Amino acid sequence: MSARSNILGKLRNSLAGTTPRPDEFDEGLVTRPWRYAPEDRIARLRSLMEAVHTEVHQCRSDNWPELVADLLNKRNLTNLLCAPSKEHGRALQAHFEATEQKVELLAYDRPVEAWKEELFWNVDASLTGTLGGIAATGTIVLWPDRHEPRLMSLVPPVHIALLRASEIHDNLYDMMVAQDWAAGLPTNVLLVSGPSKTADIEQVLAYGAHGPRELIVLVLEDV
Amino acid sequence: MNQRIPVTELAPDFRGRAEEALADGQLRNNFRVAMDSLMTKRANAFPDADEREGLRELGNRLKAGALSRLPDLLEQLEQKLTENGVKVHWAETVEEANDLVHGIIEARKGRQVVKGKSMVSEEMEMNDYLAERGIECLESDMGEYIVQLDNEKPSHIIMPAIHKNARQVSKLFHEKLGEPETEDVNQLIQIGRRTLRRKFMDADVGVSGVNFAIAETGTLLLVENEGNGRMSTTAPPVHIAVTGIEKVVPNLRDVVPLVSLLTRSALGQPITTYVNLISGPRKPDELDGPEEVHLVLLDNGRTGAFADAQMRQTLNCIRCGACMNHCPVYTRVGGHTYGEVYPGPIGKIITPHMAGLDKVPDHPSASSLCGACGEVCPVKIPIPELLQRLRQENVKDPEQPQQVKGGGAKYSRTERWIWRGWQMLNTRPGLYRSFLWAATRFRALAPKKAGPWTENHSAPVPARRSLHDLAARHLDNNGGRPS
Ligand code: SF4
Repeated sequence: MSARSNILGKLRNSLAGTTPRPDEFDEGLVTRPWRYAPEDRIARLRSLMEAVHTEVHQCRSDNWPELVADLLNKRNLTNLLCAPSKEHGRALQAHFEATEQKVELLAYDRPVEAWKEELFWNVDASLTGTLGGIAATGTIVLWPDRHEPRLMSLVPPVHIALLRASEIHDNLYDMMVAQDWAAGLPTNVLLVSGPSKTADIEQVLAYGAHGPRELIVLVLEDV
Repeated sequence: MNQRIPVTELAPDFRGRAEEALADGQLRNNFRVAMDSLMTKRANAFPDADEREGLRELGNRLKAGALSRLPDLLEQLEQKLTENGVKVHWAETVEEANDLVHGIIEARKGRQVVKGKSMVSEEMEMNDYLAERGIECLESDMGEYIVQLDNEKPSHIIMPAIHKNARQVSKLFHEKLGEPETEDVNQLIQIGRRTLRRKFMDADVGVSGVNFAIAETGTLLLVENEGNGRMSTTAPPVHIAVTGIEKVVPNLRDVVPLVSLLTRSALGQPITTYVNLISGPRKPDELDGPEEVHLVLLDNGRTGAFADAQMRQTLNCIRCGACMNHCPVYTRVGGHTYGEVYPGPIGKIITPHMAGLDKVPDHPSASSLCGACGEVCPVKIPIPELLQRLRQENVKDPEQPQQVKGGGAKYSRTERWIWRGWQMLNTRPGLYRSFLWAATRFRALAPKKAGPWTENHSAPVPARRSLHDLAARHLDNNGGRPS
């Protein structure tokens, strides 16, 4: 007998003669307390994210590359990992070329094995898009793909994320349902609600545990 | 290599360890401060009592519903994960689970493992098992890392190093890593970050636990704040997740209330920094992520708890730690006193199914039954009720078949006879009256020693006259009127 059949056998045995309980999910409990007027969503997301040391900027969807250049220069960062194959990557590249920025733009265009050392130690910052945001918890949602792989938002010490104001949902449940996540998830989905942190020593909060020390969210409002 | 050894310096039994802990002012202070702060944080995270109670009720129903279809859900989970390219393994015992994990690592000729926080791997004592086979298994959660570096066990399931203060961590880093001493927590964390980053990069295999396994989509969900969980499950070429069979939920949407309950109850956070949903290994067109993902489903006594409809509720647990944060006993004696993987109230109700009640016979009674644990439990496990049940199981006749593994360890024939006598005395009025008459008249003969009670208290002495006597005399004097 395999472990599998033993375990399942014991469980079935213990359930003999019982009926499964009905599905008692109550969506009201996870949505009603977490509803916001559309004009309050950004403020809610912003205040929660700022409370955990996220830098949030509101900008227009056509001038954000300027802000990115500013943010990088202010920190004296020398390079930025971004996806030239994505629209926002191209917009950034165009702006950096036009304004002759010194910051070098890097692309995650080969398997991690080909440049692990460099990725782990020499990349200063990264910029990725997001699938949307969640006002209730102050969260951005990432679906990494081949253009913006999983480690891109994790390894560099500074992560800049672009979030469209129109894609901020009230709560996680609404977002899941609106985008029909249950129909199929990518290999990895991430809900990110601030820079990496720990309170493991004396419960003192310290940022930059293993992931990014800084998370910067740019909320893009349509022009 | 620093491998964890059991906390050998401590006394071998619960009572002895409790006494040591109670005499350790530093330890008591570390716990008191931490637990007070965790309680406040939780309270602030649930400002609306109705919302909180509604959500707890839902959490309870969702877990109970999942358990009522557990075997089917496990099969569905296995099928979905397999479709997604995840290999699913089953283990009845920790030995089997360790063997499976070791086999997967050996197949890749792995030598270095990094581990995200996982209580199930603590159950398995995986670090020791792999170390004996020449494989380094390094904890990457800051707290776990500190504890491992000091050859200790975690003292809290969410805050493993809560028993240490910054000065103690600084000394440890200085001795073991040669770092300059500093009590600045930020600097201490940066030391950990630097040391472990190299390990994440070099590791052959990453091991993690699972907070919820979603049957509908074949997804493993992990919550964390540090990013070490994401590192361990993304950077190495192989990811092995180990989890108990009770972690499966039917639908993706179920995790919305459950994650909210978990992070708010555990740390008072609306959500953790990262919620990581893993549904498969790297796809051919992807550039990172593990090439292989494995899930090891472990029984280790869980089917035993499952077999008893009352004890089954133990498996609702989502490992938030709120019960220990609110436990007056845990706060005073600390996590190591329990001597097992899971300390505090949850430990008391889960350990008997894993290790056997005879291994932890003092645990069920190390409780004032104040009820705080049951009141805060986000999935409404009636912990005090289960503790009372375990007290009963503890004293059952060992000759009879036991309902809980290792039951009957505290059975005593003398005690049984004393209770029988007591029962007889109290159910026969004539006998009772003569006893009362004798006890009051010969009170000078009452024993001066009454077991452990008289170690710290004076022995009870019967009153000169019983209440019955006094009341009867009073009524006589008043001509039958009460006053
Ligand atoms: S028993 Fe309840 S309170 Fe304790 S850890 Fe489990 S879920 Fe949390």
